[in-house]
Amino acid sequence: MLSRTADNLFWIARYMERAETAARLLEVGSRISLIPSAHGYRSEWDSLLQALGARDLFAHKYSEPGQRNIESFLFFDPENASSVSSCVTRARENGRIVRTALTSQVWDALNTAFQELRALERKPRSELDLSLLTDWTMRNSAQVRGAIDATLLRNDGYNFLNIGYYLERADATARLMDVKYYVLLPRVEFVGSGLDNYQWGTLLRAMSAHRAFHWAYGGDITAAKIAHFLILNPQCPRSLITCARGLVNHLDRLAAAYGPRLAAQEQAAALLAGIEGATVEDIFDEGLHEFLTRFIGDAAALGLAIRDAYLTGDVR
Amino acid sequence: MTYFNEMFQDGKTRPPYARLANWTESMPAPLRQMKQAEAEALFRRIGITFAVYGEGGDPDRLIPFDMFPRVFTGQEWSKLERGIKQRARALNAFLLDVYGRGEIVRAGRIPARLVYQNEAYEQAVVGIVPPKGVYSHIVGIDIVRTGPEDFFVLEDNCRTPSGVSYMLENREIMMRMFPDLFRENRIQPVDSYPARLRRTLASVAPAKCKGEPTVVILTPGHFNSAYYEHSFLADLMGIELVEGQDLFVEGEFVWMRTTEGPRRVDVIYRRMDDAYIDPLCFRPDSMLGIPGLMDVYRSGGVSICSAPGAGVADDKAVYTFVPEMVRFYLGEEPILQNVPTWQCGKADDCQYVLENLGDLVVKEVHGSGGYGMLVGPKSTQAQIELFRDKIKADPSNYIAQPTLALSTTPTFVEEGIAPRHVDLRPYCLCGESIDLVPGGLTRVALTDGSLVVNSSQGGGVKDTWVLAE
Amino acid sequence: MLLQVNHVTRYVYDRPVRGVVQSHRLTPSVFAGQKVIDWQVTVSDGQKGGSFRDGAGDRIESWSIRGPVSEILVTVTGRVETTDLVGVLKGHKETTPPQSYLRSTAPTEADVALTELAQVGEGEPLAVAHRMAEAVAGAIAYAPGTTHAHTTAAEALAQGQGVCQDHAHALIAMARARGIPARYVSGYLFADAEGQAHEAAHAWAELHVQGYGWVGFDPANRCCPDDRYIRLGSGLDAQNAAPIRGISRGIAEEAMDVTVAVLAAQQ
Repeated sequence: MLSRTADNLFWIARYMERAETAARLLEVGSRISLIPSAHGYRSEWDSLLQALGARDLFAHKYSEPGQRNIESFLFFDPENASSVSSCVTRARENGRIVRTALTSQVWDALNTAFQELRALERKPRSELDLSLLTDWTMRNSAQVRGAIDATLLRNDGYNFLNIGYYLERADATARLMDVKYYVLLPRVEFVGSGLDNYQWGTLLRAMSAHRAFHWAYGGDITAAKIAHFLILNPQCPRSLITCARGLVNHLDRLAAAYGPRLAAQEQAAALLAGIEGATVEDIFDEGLHEFLTRFIGDAAALGLAIRDAYLTGDVR
Repeated sequence: MTYFNEMFQDGKTRPPYARLANWTESMPAPLRQMKQAEAEALFRRIGITFAVYGEGGDPDRLIPFDMFPRVFTGQEWSKLERGIKQRARALNAFLLDVYGRGEIVRAGRIPARLVYQNEAYEQAVVGIVPPKGVYSHIVGIDIVRTGPEDFFVLEDNCRTPSGVSYMLENREIMMRMFPDLFRENRIQPVDSYPARLRRTLASVAPAKCKGEPTVVILTPGHFNSAYYEHSFLADLMGIELVEGQDLFVEGEFVWMRTTEGPRRVDVIYRRMDDAYIDPLCFRPDSMLGIPGLMDVYRSGGVSICSAPGAGVADDKAVYTFVPEMVRFYLGEEPILQNVPTWQCGKADDCQYVLENLGDLVVKEVHGSGGYGMLVGPKSTQAQIELFRDKIKADPSNYIAQPTLALSTTPTFVEEGIAPRHVDLRPYCLCGESIDLVPGGLTRVALTDGSLVVNSSQGGGVKDTWVLAE
Repeated sequence: MLLQVNHVTRYVYDRPVRGVVQSHRLTPSVFAGQKVIDWQVTVSDGQKGGSFRDGAGDRIESWSIRGPVSEILVTVTGRVETTDLVGVLKGHKETTPPQSYLRSTAPTEADVALTELAQVGEGEPLAVAHRMAEAVAGAIAYAPGTTHAHTTAAEALAQGQGVCQDHAHALIAMARARGIPARYVSGYLFADAEGQAHEAAHAWAELHVQGYGWVGFDPANRCCPDDRYIRLGSGLDAQNAAPIRGISRGIAEEAMDVTVAVLAAQQ
């Protein structure tokens, strides 16, 4: 397969997953605004944006972090490269470029999302409430994903799509956890407070994992249970271990099809081993923030190794 | 002016359209509108759209599709086919000659100036004999009709004629929407075109290629207005669609960047102008091309379709001499006639043109897409005067032709069915052999009275049927 | 005359590039005035690609260098036996029609001043060609550093200064304006002890003169190429006739350094 085709497939998946992350953040941001806060709503939203590296862009364009502005920024804003609109548009554009590597069902799903997005943008904002926007994003994201799983040949293109999905999802889960732990709850005395629990609940909801969590763990929401669920539990579809296993699986399939094992396979295996060998206690001993920061860095390095191995066409 | 109507003549339905008379009666306006909407939705879903350079607006605009087919009998087609193939052979013989010994120039059958000083004449390919001696592998010949037996060639396209995806998609959509029509009429299929194109391209692989050649389509990229077509053809042929950045030159060959490392490329069907394909040889500022490609081509490491320099055969000034090429190279009389053409570069012709601007169609020698064109009878006095000044300023840049009484075919319009002017572009494949699928792209001027069929100027497309004998 | 050439071009990139492709016109032309004794072109870390003689009779060789690479040396060495043919390109095999050299390019576009300078009267074609070459020599003084690679003939004439490239471009523009096919020639020039300070890498023009075929004119030295000249190749203008054309893949600044020596070899 052309390296550029593989690159486009990889990024279709990343953009679709990133659109979903934007919608989840929209939900988190909005829910936070519904409760009384320790420092005032503005400051918390600000911190969230800071964690995402988007504070300056937001501050530059919007006077205050009200619901409407947050929606504009995270859903509609074409200048925000991570907004739902930017991601869906680019995913569809990438899809158009590699149209021949997709089934008509996958293309339909991408194209329909894009066409509906244009229609949403033309509607008066008063008719668009938050849940409509987030539901729309989840639904379209699921449709693309479903079309990929249901119709695509299990060839190298399928592997590159999945690698994109897992890499982006691993990054998003790690960042969302880090934001909650490090940014939203700035002072240690809040740990275990009602505010703490409420925020964890919000986070779980944002990951569409609220009910799954309660089924799996029951009782109070604690930092340890959350860390186990989102990092170590292979049943959770968004956990870091699930993502790492997915990466290893699809990279190994590429190596099996192409022949040589490259640095990317070794790095993915190391990433997985690091999680499989850890316990919740280990993670808290290291510090959750430190653990997540390290993971985010390793995942980014893996992304570069994948690019060098397959997406530039230079390796021979 | 009276126009030949391809369906109705002297109050009777002409034979090829016999079975379509009932069909239109069975389609009341509401059903027709529903079908039209269905067709449009299908086109949009497939993604077949057309963007016009420099016009702005919606880049995802559809070319209007008219459901009323255009029909030829097998007999009509067989004459056309012979004429098209003959012309394609002559054009390729001309190209091989003017980059070789230049016999036709030496024989005084065409002025040296028109050939060797032509902007499209490419010094870099002088002396090259491409595989099978073919320079232009896909020849699109634009044909108009003025009477039952009267066909004229309007222009030749020897570089990279576009539109063939519409020929295929129009048929596909008609078959999906009106299967009964295809049961009632014996319509020759066109869906073998991609396989035949691939065979043609593979047949001109360079001698250095042993085994099954790797063929690719080279596109300027997804912002190009014909990108859909590039991707569509690649898909149907089962070959890679590459951009310049996907290819590189190393050693004696061109290589493609793949996830498994470099893979050698033998035949490049490029959908890009000469000027952009190799910044080392042509425009140094081109970001789209492959540096060093021309050296590989010239030393026989890769085939480029169409060959660089093929454009010298489809120039509007050279056009006048195509019938002469047929006689000179093939020793035959041309089956398809040229439209009489006045060269404004010749003093006598120019004077005639200036005196009769109101009756003529004037074109720029290097223009395309219906731009830079004057249709005298449809123009205002001010437009005519503007062209008069342009011609006087640079006469050799213009040619003129009589305003042809282009045939019409029935077309669905707002008020029902009405005659609209059409032309025809068949796609002739030239490789080891000369090949033509029975059909082509019919373009229709949707505006009442308009003679301009270009999609950039409000034209639409139709399915084109050739009936089995 | 037996001439010895040592020509080294060094390319340095400020950071490694992914690869380089070059097209060379570095082999002496084959005609009655030149006989190659020995000749070698090498490219550091280079892989030799296709090689062929083009329609204009030039030997073209392509080279590729696989990256990452940050320095490339192109070395040309060899000996050529030359004969003075007073500029006439006798016995040169080529198929490109002379008329295709009537087309102007950006640097050889004739403006009003060049067209006027070309009005040297009528007469025997060879004499007309000589008078035009003299006119160029008189109108554009040799002054290195006053022009650059992209200076046009019109600009050089307007400022009245230039180097051999500008002289050649001006003469080409004038000839074409008069309907005489003309082309740019690149090569080497041997300058003896009392010779002018011209570059050993040299360029001149060829005009297609009725009755003689292609004839070289070197306005910079007010003469026709003789046995001090080695001819490499030709084109519509300097860029088109360049002895080395190359493009690198990657984002880097390229610096180039050329040394050329043309010596009278020991017999």
